[in-house]
Amino acid sequence: MGDWMTVTDPGLSSESKYISQYTSETKMSPSSLYSQQVLCSSIPLSKNVHSFFSAFCTEENIEQSISYLDQELTTFGFPSLYEESKGKETKRGLNIVAVLNCMNELLVLQRKNLLAQENVETQNLKLGSDMDHLQNCYAKLKEQLETSRREMIGLQERDRQLQCKNRNLHQLLKNEKDEVQKLQNIIASRATQYNHDMKRKEREYNKLKERLHQLVMNKKDKKIAMEVLNYVGRADGKRGSWRTGKTEARNEDEMYKILLNDYEYRQKQILMENAELKKVLQQMKKEMISLLSPQKQKPRERADDSTGTVISDIEEDAGELSRESTWDLSCETVREQLTNSIRKQWRILKSHVEKLDNQVSKVHLEGFNDEDVISRQDHEQETEKLELEIQQCKEMIKTQQQLLQQLATACDDDTASLLRDCYLLEEKERLKEEWSLFKEQKKNFEKERRSFTEAAIRLGLERKAFEEERASWLKQQFLNMTTFDHQNSENVKLFSAFSGSSDWDNPTVHSRPRQKKPHGAPSGSPVCTSKLTKSLPASPSTSDFCQTRSCVSEYSSISVLNTTPEESKPNQVGRECTNQKWSVASRPDSQEGCCSGCSSTHADAHIEKDDLP
Amino acid sequence: MNFSEVFKLSSLLCKFSPDGKYLASCVQYRLVVRDASTLQICQLYACLDQIQHIEWSADSLFILCALYKRGLVQVWSLEQPEWHCKIDEGSAGLVASCWSPDGRHILNTTEFHLRITVWSLCTKSVSYIKYPKACQQGITFTRDGRYLALAERRDCKDYVSILVCSDWQLLRHFDTDTQDLAGIEWAPNGCVLAAWDSCLEYKILLYSLDGRLLSTFCAYEWSLGIKSVAWSPSSQFLAVGSYDGKVRILNHVTWKMITEFGHPATINNPKIVVYKEAEKSPPLVLGRLAFPPPRAAAGPLSSTESEYEVASVPVSLQTLKPAADRANPRIGIGALAFSPDNCFLATRSDSVPTAVWIWDIQKLRLLAVLEQLSAVRCFQWDPRQARLAICTGGGKVYLWSPAGCVSVQVPGEGDFQVLSVCWHLSGDSLALLSKDHFCLCFLETEQGVGTAFGQRGDHM
Repeated sequence: MGDWMTVTDPGLSSESKYISQYTSETKMSPSSLYSQQVLCSSIPLSKNVHSFFSAFCTEENIEQSISYLDQELTTFGFPSLYEESKGKETKRGLNIVAVLNCMNELLVLQRKNLLAQENVETQNLKLGSDMDHLQNCYAKLKEQLETSRREMIGLQERDRQLQCKNRNLHQLLKNEKDEVQKLQNIIASRATQYNHDMKRKEREYNKLKERLHQLVMNKKDKKIAMEVLNYVGRADGKRGSWRTGKTEARNEDEMYKILLNDYEYRQKQILMENAELKKVLQQMKKEMISLLSPQKQKPRERADDSTGTVISDIEEDAGELSRESTWDLSCETVREQLTNSIRKQWRILKSHVEKLDNQVSKVHLEGFNDEDVISRQDHEQETEKLELEIQQCKEMIKTQQQLLQQLATACDDDTASLLRDCYLLEEKERLKEEWSLFKEQKKNFEKERRSFTEAAIRLGLERKAFEEERASWLKQQFLNMTTFDHQNSENVKLFSAFSGSSDWDNPTVHSRPRQKKPHGAPSGSPVCTSKLTKSLPASPSTSDFCQTRSCVSEYSSISVLNTTPEESKPNQVGRECTNQKWSVASRPDSQEGCCSGCSSTHADAHIEKDDLP
Repeated sequence: MNFSEVFKLSSLLCKFSPDGKYLASCVQYRLVVRDASTLQICQLYACLDQIQHIEWSADSLFILCALYKRGLVQVWSLEQPEWHCKIDEGSAGLVASCWSPDGRHILNTTEFHLRITVWSLCTKSVSYIKYPKACQQGITFTRDGRYLALAERRDCKDYVSILVCSDWQLLRHFDTDTQDLAGIEWAPNGCVLAAWDSCLEYKILLYSLDGRLLSTFCAYEWSLGIKSVAWSPSSQFLAVGSYDGKVRILNHVTWKMITEFGHPATINNPKIVVYKEAEKSPPLVLGRLAFPPPRAAAGPLSSTESEYEVASVPVSLQTLKPAADRANPRIGIGALAFSPDNCFLATRSDSVPTAVWIWDIQKLRLLAVLEQLSAVRCFQWDPRQARLAICTGGGKVYLWSPAGCVSVQVPGEGDFQVLSVCWHLSGDSLALLSKDHFCLCFLETEQGVGTAFGQRGDHM
């Protein structure tokens, strides 16, 4: 506001007089002006501005207000409201155009500003809501942060506690370990102490015992005695022998004898056990060989060399086995061989079994995982089988039906004829099939013949039309020789009409055959004519021909429609005849035009077909 | 199953003669010899004082009666009732007395294990063996009676002496690598001697007859060790029961452990049959088994019947919490015995006193567990077949065989608390011993039933 005041200082002094005259409204003027400058921030204010404007200028102060406005506007960079002064003395007049322009500009500015304001307002709103949202978010996040911080603190606390506990436990463990160590040491020392004491005590005890022994035994104790009525004989009836070196030796001998006997007994037992085990081993080996030999081929096919060598070993072993003497040899020589071979065979067997297991497990897995696939395969196989069965059954039923029919038809006939029928049944069947084949062929032939006749009819009609065309064309040419100019103007029209056509770009190419055509007219083919019909509009020089051609084509199409029923009739009648006849009839057509090729090929095909059965 | 009359008995001294013909029993100072089948008194001997130990000679001709308090041994002859022999150990005292396998020598151990005196009944000769060791099982004879192994202690070291029984000559003498030898036992084939250390150390040593150390086995260290040892009748296995509640079986070829039988308190394997003794309230079908009927009818039925139930696994057995601060804690395998056919092993874990575990040796696994209502006192295998008799100090005797097990109430007035059992050689009868009575239990066999009845008839 201060700035504004300084800017408007020169004008203000003069203006202040008027302003002072007004009431509170005029006092508002600077602020309202300002508000106008700020571009109507609010609607009520703008109203105020209007009311102020109505009061701003009165009859008396037009000049001042104009000058004031001029000043204001010039300060804002608008052109002056006054006309360019030509002389210094002359009073400058109000330039209405400039005023209007200014007003317009101001209005535009105002509108722009309003728009901008609106935008700003909406943006403000948006920003406000964004702000709210963000504030909410902020608050939430702050809360979250707070809670997580709290949690963290809690966790830290717990961690700390646990660590503390752990430390305590470690300490305890250490203590315990120490304790254990201590106790172990104590135990060990006690044990040594105990042993020492024991030994000491025992020595004392022994001494005492010795003493006691001396005391008790050496003193002639009368009491120690045996009273016996009479001595009894020994259990074995022998007399007691004197202790001599001999007896000692004998005792030794006997002891060793006993030991030897025991060892011999054990050896015998072990030998027996060994023999039995050998038997079992032999049997096992034999069985293994017999079990593995049928698979000899398979593993050889699929597997590596090792199995092959092993198998050869097996064969060798089998050879060895036949010599029973090897089994009676001590293990020393045979053992390694035997164990090796058994081990190999066992490995083979194991691998085989594992393979089988794998297969089984695979099957199981498949069965468990995708049962549908298996079932589908099975299904398909089953359905195939069933279909086959059904077919067989159907055939059976058919034959039975036929038999029944035959029976029904030949019921009154005597059995001989029935039998004959039965014999001929097969032939009949075959004939029936042939008959059906024939029928089908006939149908095909009929179709073809129809198409041919149609083609022939068309051909005839077209030829007819062409003849007519040629006649007319000749006539026209003849006429053209006399009146050429008139025709020319017509040509231009035709050209413009056909300008959009596709064939317009190469008129020369098309015109050439046209020019040739009249010369070779008698031998003209229908293909050529059809080409001409297409190219005709492109040719500017042959407008008349074109016209006639279009007419003719119309006519021909109509005539074809008209004539087909009439002409097809005789053809159809002819079709009832044999193929041979038909082909002959088609020969004349083949002599003319490209259609002949077609017909001839068709005919050939038919002939071939005829030969087939 | 039939029961005999109840006879008086003292100190649980009742023994079948080795030939199975006679049954010797003691009542205070009297020795009664009965016919084993008829139970008629054959001989009656009177000793000088209360008999504390009796033993038949191997040929069933003599019986020795030890009167430890008096330091006396009295020997009686069955063939010559007038023959008598009295051995007085005098001031040396007597703590143990036994026959030599030939039945003509008596080995007396003096007090404080000062020496062993070998008295001969054939000659006047007396032999002394010095330094016998005071231990659990210090004397062992081979089955064939040829050799005696003796544990000795000299200069704080353990020794084993092998003596020839025929002339008491020393055959081998060697020291054993033990701290404190606790016991020795010959294998039934007489060629291997097992020696084990005291419970403080798990150590078992195997010696050949000629004194070579065959093998040493130690399952663990630093803990109480071996509690019981048993050879299989075929000498093929040595079962070692220890304080850790396990039985380890060693083989006779490598002397290594074959397997380890733990005795868990809970049984989860459904293959194991657990027989649980359960009380049955009204004893209505008693009369069928009771013999003699008048007594059974007259006597008040004081004890309740019981029967076995097959418990469904898992079963948790009653365990005893051992007192850790006392000596000889009630833990570990206190008893184990092989069946005569080598097929089964019966064990008792002292921490599970009510159970008997029966192991299948062929499959090396637990076969059955018998849980009794009270603690198992003793069990003994039938010498002829795989049949185990068990007693728990109650009024019943229990029999197990692979086919199943039965509990049999001993008939009679008042309580007949079976404290011990003793099989007859043939396996046909079983002597049931209580504190002051004994009776015979005749097991039904095809030919045995009739004779038993008949004989009893005569006797009555």
